[in-house]
Amino acid sequence: MADNTIVIEPVTRIEGHAKITIQLDEAGEVADAHFHVTQFRGFERISQGRMVHEMPSLMARICGICPVSHMVASAKACDEILGVTVPPTGVRLRRVLNLAQIVQSHALSFFYLSSPDLLLGFDSDPALRNLVGVARQTPDLARDGVALRRFGQRIIERLGGKRIHPAWVVPGGVSRPLEASERDSILAEIPDARMRAHRTLEWFKKNVASWTEEAAHFGDFPSLYMGLVHEGGNAAYSDGLLRVVDSSGWVMADGVDPRAYEEYLGETVEPWSYLKSTYFKPLGYPAGIYRVGPLARLNVAERLGTSAADAELAEYRERLGRYPSSSFHYHYARLIEIVHCIDVIDEILSRPDILDPHVRARAQINRNEGVGVSEAPRGVLIHHYKVDDDGLVEWVNLVIATGHNNLAMNRSVLQTARHYIKGDQVKEGMLNRVEAVIRCYDPCLSCSTHAVGQMPLEVDIRDAEGSLLRQVSR
Amino acid sequence: MSVLTLTIEGRDVAGQTGHTILQVARENGIPIPTLCHLQGLSDVGACRLCVVEVEGQRKLFPACVTTIDEGMKVTVNSERLAAHRRRIVELLFTERNHICSVCIADRNCELQDLAVAVGLTHFELPLLSPQAVVDATHERFGIDHNRCVLCTRCVRVCDEIEGAHTWDVMGRGTEARLITDLGIPWGDSNTCTSCGKCVQVCPTGALFEKGRSVAEARHRRPYLPYLVAHEGRTR
Repeated sequence: MADNTIVIEPVTRIEGHAKITIQLDEAGEVADAHFHVTQFRGFERISQGRMVHEMPSLMARICGICPVSHMVASAKACDEILGVTVPPTGVRLRRVLNLAQIVQSHALSFFYLSSPDLLLGFDSDPALRNLVGVARQTPDLARDGVALRRFGQRIIERLGGKRIHPAWVVPGGVSRPLEASERDSILAEIPDARMRAHRTLEWFKKNVASWTEEAAHFGDFPSLYMGLVHEGGNAAYSDGLLRVVDSSGWVMADGVDPRAYEEYLGETVEPWSYLKSTYFKPLGYPAGIYRVGPLARLNVAERLGTSAADAELAEYRERLGRYPSSSFHYHYARLIEIVHCIDVIDEILSRPDILDPHVRARAQINRNEGVGVSEAPRGVLIHHYKVDDDGLVEWVNLVIATGHNNLAMNRSVLQTARHYIKGDQVKEGMLNRVEAVIRCYDPCLSCSTHAVGQMPLEVDIRDAEGSLLRQVSR
Repeated sequence: MSVLTLTIEGRDVAGQTGHTILQVARENGIPIPTLCHLQGLSDVGACRLCVVEVEGQRKLFPACVTTIDEGMKVTVNSERLAAHRRRIVELLFTERNHICSVCIADRNCELQDLAVAVGLTHFELPLLSPQAVVDATHERFGIDHNRCVLCTRCVRVCDEIEGAHTWDVMGRGTEARLITDLGIPWGDSNTCTSCGKCVQVCPTGALFEKGRSVAEARHRRPYLPYLVAHEGRTR
């Protein structure tokens, strides 16, 4: 046996299609590991020749989980092309929509996709290791997950007219102001959502000690972190400027206008994946590895900006240090963000001017290029467009959160595989841990999720000639 | 002008010489689906959605351009007609790139409504997926050839009501395309008065006001009869 490869295909309980290969050396130790994204969407090409005004809704179709983030980033790029200033209420309504989406997407990631591993155990029976299994064992936790997801989805529906792909965010603002009755309905649901978010966070904190081994080997390495922050250092989700810090807190870049992203971020393509990898240009490839998303946002921000969430953040930092470096803590960070997002939604919707009917600025094409950025649930999302004088899209570049995290995900897979896999004695629970490290990042690879975990998982162990030595399947 | 009597869907109805089956059916509250027809414009029988059966005749007749005869027996709804209409709508969809979910005319589109009305739930025919362009050179309006069904309402409204005849059709079959003037960009047209009537009568998202986002198209099609001086415009 000269050379072995373990293939995990498909990776389950993530949003999209991917596989993992683990390369073993002659001694049966893990030599290398890759996370392959095997699907191709092509939106950068599809949108060429379309009117720029269609872009927010067209781009929303990239994903059924985080359409709102794409809409917001896209609309901001379009705002620049129109050369308009969005009315303040329009900005705030977009913000509420984006926060609602972060709540529902985080709920999906934590409760539906990851809680089966955390609650039932990484070594539990895969047939039961899903949301249904969670509901059997702890109905309250499953209910909280469903309720928090519904809370976010209903805000999106009330603001945008429908839960998935609302065509409400438009270049220049939003297409319709908020009605008092809609605002009141959302505000009425906040106390319940807040209670459930805190209850989940308490449950997680109580159990966090039991995952110490996972926390130490699920992508625990120093890297850079990138996220949006407001002036003063509060975490930003729809606006703000980019900040990059390293694991010791050294600020590598701050106050970066997203328009200048190309100066800081390089993109590279690997032959084994359809997902581009990005790196922090000043450090080069692959040293410029960085992470985005909940873990990174809490690392780059001084504070969140709402009192309950900041108290949780202080406890988080006390437990894990100021700059936690294990990707396992994405889960913890995600739960704190849910608390924060609910409070900010409350804060914004309680403003008297939120019903202002001036929510949209209109203009013709005034610039040929625009960059828009937002914090998607999974991290920084950049849309960059070039249009002709008539407003037809000529060129599009999308830098998605999962792309920012690609290098880190690969390194995490390698670290986890090295720790848990020895030779061809592969147990299901070990493979599940390799998948679970990917789930920490909540990668968003397409529009769909296989949440209930019914998909087959096949692991092939092959020698250098490609002949099958051993197969493990669910 | 003499009165003729006939039956449509088994009902005894009457109309004047020269009136069309569609006209008489609508006067009597009998619905017939149409697409290229628009009250106030001449009829050309372009879309064939209004086909009906006439007793004693094997072929189908487009109700919008077939005049009534004494004693005619017309069937509007039958399995054969329903199958034809569904296939016609399917052909319209598959010939160009109609992607409702990201179309400015979503939920304000006669083609979309027709698909629902005729029960078109999926395509059996292959999509042609042509490379079609958007002409956005006009200051206020644009044409997206991906969404055009060649109903020629724009051609007729421009010619018959506005009197500009900016629009016409060039090419044949699947190559047929709407053109402005003699095939120059819309923004360069000398004849276009920028009145916007073509945009208002377009049944789909092909003709649009710039600045509209997805599902924001607002066609005001019924306004047309008020512009028409007299009913005689309708053949």
